[in-house]
Amino acid sequence: MEGLISLAVKAIFVENLALSFFLGMCTFIAVSKKISTALGLGISVMVVQAITVPANNLLLNYLLKPGALAWAGFPDVDLTFLGLISYIGVIAAMVQILEMVLDKYFPPLYNALGIFLPLITVNCAILGGSLFMVERDYNFAEAATYGLSSGFGWALAITAMAGVREKLKYSDIPDGLQGLGITFITAGLMAMAFMSFSGVKL
Amino acid sequence: MSQSKKEMLVDPLVDNNPITLQVLGICSALAVTSSLQVSMVMALAVIFVTSFSSFFISCLRNQIPGSIRIIVQMVIIASLVILVDQILKAYAFEISKTLSVFVGLIITNCIVMGRAEAFAMKNPPVASFIDGMGNGMGYGLILLLVGFIRELFGAGSLFGITILETVNNGGWYVPNGMLLLPPSAFFIIGLIIWAFRTWKPNQVEEREYKIQQVEAH
Repeated sequence: MEGLISLAVKAIFVENLALSFFLGMCTFIAVSKKISTALGLGISVMVVQAITVPANNLLLNYLLKPGALAWAGFPDVDLTFLGLISYIGVIAAMVQILEMVLDKYFPPLYNALGIFLPLITVNCAILGGSLFMVERDYNFAEAATYGLSSGFGWALAITAMAGVREKLKYSDIPDGLQGLGITFITAGLMAMAFMSFSGVKL
Repeated sequence: MSQSKKEMLVDPLVDNNPITLQVLGICSALAVTSSLQVSMVMALAVIFVTSFSSFFISCLRNQIPGSIRIIVQMVIIASLVILVDQILKAYAFEISKTLSVFVGLIITNCIVMGRAEAFAMKNPPVASFIDGMGNGMGYGLILLLVGFIRELFGAGSLFGITILETVNNGGWYVPNGMLLLPPSAFFIIGLIIWAFRTWKPNQVEEREYKIQQVEAH
């Protein structure tokens, strides 16, 4: 249990997907102009991440790993090279299912998140989370924790960024730096601030 | 189609650069640039994937039904990325370890999807191939620029060959350790954007709020 909590804290602060691995940067920069939309996107990323990372973990352990197909009578088959294509397939399918479920049972939430849901398929943070899970060899419980907390970390980062940008638009910035340039530099400063968490150990 | 082939190749380098203007594919642009060699491999991988995915998608553009086009594009892109990944693992294992997940993340690199969606679905294969290659090169250019600055001033070397002798090795150069850390990439790209936009003022974004000039009395 302690291991899981420390994993969660590490995924949220120290190894924040957005600010220390730069995943999901395209959406991070593009959709962080207003706090409300940033929060909506952050929550949907968190939900999708919390579902797909454990799902991909099961897929890896029961279908793709060398020897994982032993239950079906193929103990020597190694399908890890199909990893990338299956993870992205799972992600695309999950996003689609989530979209349909929300549309049917939670229309207000669907309307709030509507436009962001399809965008999530091509959000690097989601695929990145699954790939980190594979690389670090997490078991199912760790994968579930990692998925939820890394999604939360991303949501936290984009909301904070939107807060800064809402204030920033009133300031007098050199012409060439206007918009994208200053956003990058702000993100750099935030990443530095998040680096100070790296000493935290549980 | 009035644009010539050469223009299509050169245009995305500065005038319509995917990173500094279209804000695409920033995800991986930052994390892999701490050394020039790695940035180079990453740039080549992206150029390969964008050009060939555009080419194949454009070949199939009349056969792909509109409603499932994203999935079809994904499958084509993912297959190309798996190819790159396997080649890197076989012939450049060290680099593939350093790049770790970022090779896989080329799949979700918005440049690839963006060009497939915006250009390859509407244009013939050869033009799409060139367009994909141009955009891949625009991306590679920024990657190499950032990698160059970070490795030269952060570690005093280029491609692992020492250029500025660092203090630790008995030289004179005190390396700027900050440049090896991830946040520096943000600053460098921010400054590159500033430089590009000062050079080409038509890329400057409109201000949302004008600051009024008040006459001093």
